[in-house]
Amino acid sequence: MSDRMTMVQALNLALADAMAENAKVLVFGEDVADPEGGGVLGVTKGLSSRFGPSRVRSTPISEQAIIGAAIGASMAGYRPVPEIMLMNFTTVAMDMIVNHAAKLRFMSGGQTSVPITIRMTTGAGFATGGQHADYLEAWFAHTPGLKVVAPSNPADAYALLRACIDDPDPCIFVENIASYGSSGNAPKRHEPIPLGKATVSRAGEDVTVVSYSRVANEALAAAESLAAEGISVEVVDLRTVSPWDQETVLQSTRKTGRLVVAHEAVRSFGVGAEIAATIGAQLFGQLKAPIVRLGAPFCPVPYSNTLETAFALRKGDIIDGVKAVMEPVANKAPEMS
Amino acid sequence: MKTRIPTRVELLEIYRRTALIRGNDDRFIKMLKAGRIAAPYYSPRGQEIIPSALSVLLTDKDYICTIYRGIHDMLAKGMPVKELWAEVLGKVGGTCKGKGGPMHLTYPAKGIMVTTGIVGSSMPIANGLAWASMLDGSDTVTVAYFGDGASNIGTFHEALNLAAIWNLPVIFVCQNNTYGEHTRYAVTTKVRRISDRAPAYAMPSIHVDGNNPIAMYGAAHEAIERARNGNGPTLIEAMTFRFMGHVYGDDDSYMDRSEKAAALAADPVVRFRSDLLTAGTATNEELTEIEASVEAVLDEAVEFGMNSPPPDLAELRRDVYETEVL
Repeated sequence: MSDRMTMVQALNLALADAMAENAKVLVFGEDVADPEGGGVLGVTKGLSSRFGPSRVRSTPISEQAIIGAAIGASMAGYRPVPEIMLMNFTTVAMDMIVNHAAKLRFMSGGQTSVPITIRMTTGAGFATGGQHADYLEAWFAHTPGLKVVAPSNPADAYALLRACIDDPDPCIFVENIASYGSSGNAPKRHEPIPLGKATVSRAGEDVTVVSYSRVANEALAAAESLAAEGISVEVVDLRTVSPWDQETVLQSTRKTGRLVVAHEAVRSFGVGAEIAATIGAQLFGQLKAPIVRLGAPFCPVPYSNTLETAFALRKGDIIDGVKAVMEPVANKAPEMS
Repeated sequence: MKTRIPTRVELLEIYRRTALIRGNDDRFIKMLKAGRIAAPYYSPRGQEIIPSALSVLLTDKDYICTIYRGIHDMLAKGMPVKELWAEVLGKVGGTCKGKGGPMHLTYPAKGIMVTTGIVGSSMPIANGLAWASMLDGSDTVTVAYFGDGASNIGTFHEALNLAAIWNLPVIFVCQNNTYGEHTRYAVTTKVRRISDRAPAYAMPSIHVDGNNPIAMYGAAHEAIERARNGNGPTLIEAMTFRFMGHVYGDDDSYMDRSEKAAALAADPVVRFRSDLLTAGTATNEELTEIEASVEAVLDEAVEFGMNSPPPDLAELRRDVYETEVL
């Protein structure tokens, strides 16, 4: 096997390995079986041919029925991995996800549990407008009972998807469309990554940038450029959004004294706010500059290429954010503009 | 298929469950009036026969998913009465350690898997349980209970379509009590019967008098056998009437007086008792003995619930995930 792999290949391998190891793993969703193309973006290609139509099923366009079937089957001992084609389509299944999957363990006093992994993809950049590209992870992270995972590279995606499928609790697994074709190191199939554990994907001294999903890669690219300007950036890739790894972020920020939090989702009321508030409270008086939160402006994902390009965070936005936190007076933080 | 008639033993068991539900409802209302329970109560009074007649055909392995007006469905399925009372009183001895309450009573040991407070949400989850049984190759069946109001929410359509297309061993039991919240059936629903919707999913359906134990038993038998034999889902519309309004304490002003008076005059529990006597199925002594045994069970249960301590505050951190929240 090559030492490189695309995101789609890594996700497909994770599903195939999980299904091969555990006969209770089920994959279903709109168009996921091979006669329907193996998923609209090909992530589930080959699974129905290999594991058969009883374990890999194309479903009606019925998100409530899809998640309901996952919940019921999981309570009876299965490990369902339903696919919701796009993250925005979870909105039509929110009752099943939030009122049921997330809460049944608590409401039953621990008698039942819902070990499901809901896969979905999203991300701006494809001229899909306001209903096909949102990052909604903050909603799920705000819901007790759910875990939220958002990998940035193929190796992490493999290990984290396996970890979600093995996890006893319901997991929201967020994939990024723009990253599907990009290559990275091939997964180490026998080295698990635990949920809730971040990674320092680049070490640095001057400022910590915390991110996840696609934007974690933009942060690495920004760090590379900033190094040429003499600014040493430490990049923390959360990998799991909820529960997030406070210890790793705290340790890094304590060292650098400066924190930038960056995500594709709109900035207001976002995951960055939770991280900034937590770290700000812990390191009050020790920070060299106010924490900077970077995210999308408070509007739906726009259609026009001009607007859409400006909407989603890129490397340049992170460079600006880092410069703002390095010299908070000279470089006004973007969130204050 | 010839309609199955319940045996004498089954009829007496249906009566026992009916009497338990009826007695439990009396206790609940007494405790509400005494101020010893402070929670919304969706009384099943008037609907006792439906789950009692159906559940004598189920085993502990068979699953049910029910709704906020579902205490009768659970008692009929074997919910332990002591733990039920501890739960509704918010005590740690409850089935859910006092964390679910009457709207979320759960007891997997008897197949009582989900009780939802969301209209319609029992149905999609029932499909998943039924799918698991199908994959296991077992003959377990799943019953999804819901009301007539739930037939107008999207989950009904999505769940019935999926159950039909996947041929799932599930029985959708609509307890049509003719009101959704405060609104009469005809105001919200154009089809004359909920069962008229089944052909839209190529699903067999049965329209039955849910207050008649023999008819209800026959309908349930047909649907359960179909599911057990791998022949797919059924929609049962069981006609009934709720005696206590939507939630305990509502003033019923939205109900037609004569309609309600007629329903009360035809109280299915009273009628069932007199039919058993008239047909010579049971003697008055036998029925009185069943009723006394039910009262004893309830006495003991209420006392157990009252004496159970409240949950520890650490329960706020437990069962959110498998691992305790720090």
